[in-house]
Amino acid sequence: MKSRFVFFVCAALILLGGVARAEDPFIVLASTTSVDNSGLLGQILPLFKKTSGIDVHVVALGTGQALDTARRGDADLVLVHDPDAEDLFMKEGHGITRRELAWNDFIIVGAKADPAKLIGGHDVVAGFKNIWNAGAPFVSRGDKSGTDALEKRIWKMASLDPTKAGPWFKDIGGGMGAALNAAAGLDAYTLADRGTWISFKNRATLIITLEGDLRLLNRYDVIELDPKLHPKAKLDLAKKFADWLVSKEGQAAIGAYTLEGEKLFHPEADAKPT
Amino acid sequence: MDDFSNAVALALRLILSGDAELYAIIRLSLTVSLAAALIAGVLGSVAGAALAVFRFPGRRALVLLANSLLGLPPVVVGLAAYILFSRAGPLGAWGLLFTPPAMVIVQTVLATPIVTAIVHRAAEEMWALYGDGLQMAGATRAEIIPELLKLARLPLLTALLAGFGRTISEVGAIIIVGGNIAGFTRTMTTAIALQTSMGNLPFALALGLVLITISIALNGAAFAIADRRKRP
Repeated sequence: MKSRFVFFVCAALILLGGVARAEDPFIVLASTTSVDNSGLLGQILPLFKKTSGIDVHVVALGTGQALDTARRGDADLVLVHDPDAEDLFMKEGHGITRRELAWNDFIIVGAKADPAKLIGGHDVVAGFKNIWNAGAPFVSRGDKSGTDALEKRIWKMASLDPTKAGPWFKDIGGGMGAALNAAAGLDAYTLADRGTWISFKNRATLIITLEGDLRLLNRYDVIELDPKLHPKAKLDLAKKFADWLVSKEGQAAIGAYTLEGEKLFHPEADAKPT
Repeated sequence: MDDFSNAVALALRLILSGDAELYAIIRLSLTVSLAAALIAGVLGSVAGAALAVFRFPGRRALVLLANSLLGLPPVVVGLAAYILFSRAGPLGAWGLLFTPPAMVIVQTVLATPIVTAIVHRAAEEMWALYGDGLQMAGATRAEIIPELLKLARLPLLTALLAGFGRTISEVGAIIIVGGNIAGFTRTMTTAIALQTSMGNLPFALALGLVLITISIALNGAAFAIADRRKRP
């Protein structure tokens, strides 16, 4: 019996040794889900690793959660897309530099049947009003992500209060993928970022029902942390990655990422629609 | 039904493909979950047998606690560990957040009550049957614990496998403390959650089938070893 006990302990120790192996220098990047789930980071990180030897550990979260993770000191760098939340983060003194690295746009996707008659329109506020008036099923993220923040701003612009909406308004409290899965299952509308939409496979009857409003511009920023509040973060390594993202090489890598012939993210220098 | 048959075909192709990324994920899943199950096995079997053998105030409360913790929600354990291991938290200096060792710790917490409860039940029976005899032979209670565990070999195996079943299938705790980092803390279950969120349903289901296959193989091996031991 004793020998078996020793065996168990040894086996556990060997396994633990296996999980705690040493490796290359790395940083933790708290990133919004869209740049990760869409496959962009998977595509460009190996290129960065090749030039720098640095591993980037991506923790993909909604923007609100990603910023909170950095506030707690659990990330070395953030990559997010919610201008208002980023302003607050900078004002609190957590961030020291904030640079735009890419942009694309948001879209409203919905079932092909289009009960709220969105197809053909380009005014997102009018679109939200149509959904409200039709009482058409609508999936809301409700997770303090960048997309969720924009959705709330649009309801406000439309002078509508989603907390007073009927049962057609489904606050799922989940990520973009979960919202798209829910919309696909319920034939519902939802606000989505184009990157996640293009890479999303379970579309069922969902199509793009509204796009092309300038208010739907979606910019992605990389924020370096202030050493005053984050003395333990690996700021030197993080700076290398942030610099690379906005460098010629990094920007080219972002612009080169396509899925099924579609560009998911525009590098910062690409002209925005006006 | 197409999705299901696609998933089965895909699962087979995945297993046979020898895809390096998939195998790394499987290896991490097994390493983390086996380590946690083994540590829980050691802690839980000693605790379970001790609860059967020793008499002290609060013993019944501890037994009740172990049984209640069978329903411990992984997401709560993950959250508590996140707060502890966060750089801003009390154990932040250890640098464990978003690493595999943190995943082992939360899964050990989840599996230990399972092993404890199952071993306790078996050890109590053995204690009722043989306790008096062993004591009359001059053994102290502490010395009896290994004897009881030896007698309760099969329930101990069941307890270990139940603990492993909990750890290998768990996602709520490890996704919080591990962060589902590609190539570092991504396991089978967190990969399935990720693929589901990307709408890659057949692929997610195929990963699930691979996971179930591994579990069956491991359980089968454990029972085969136990069977051989039983024969003279």
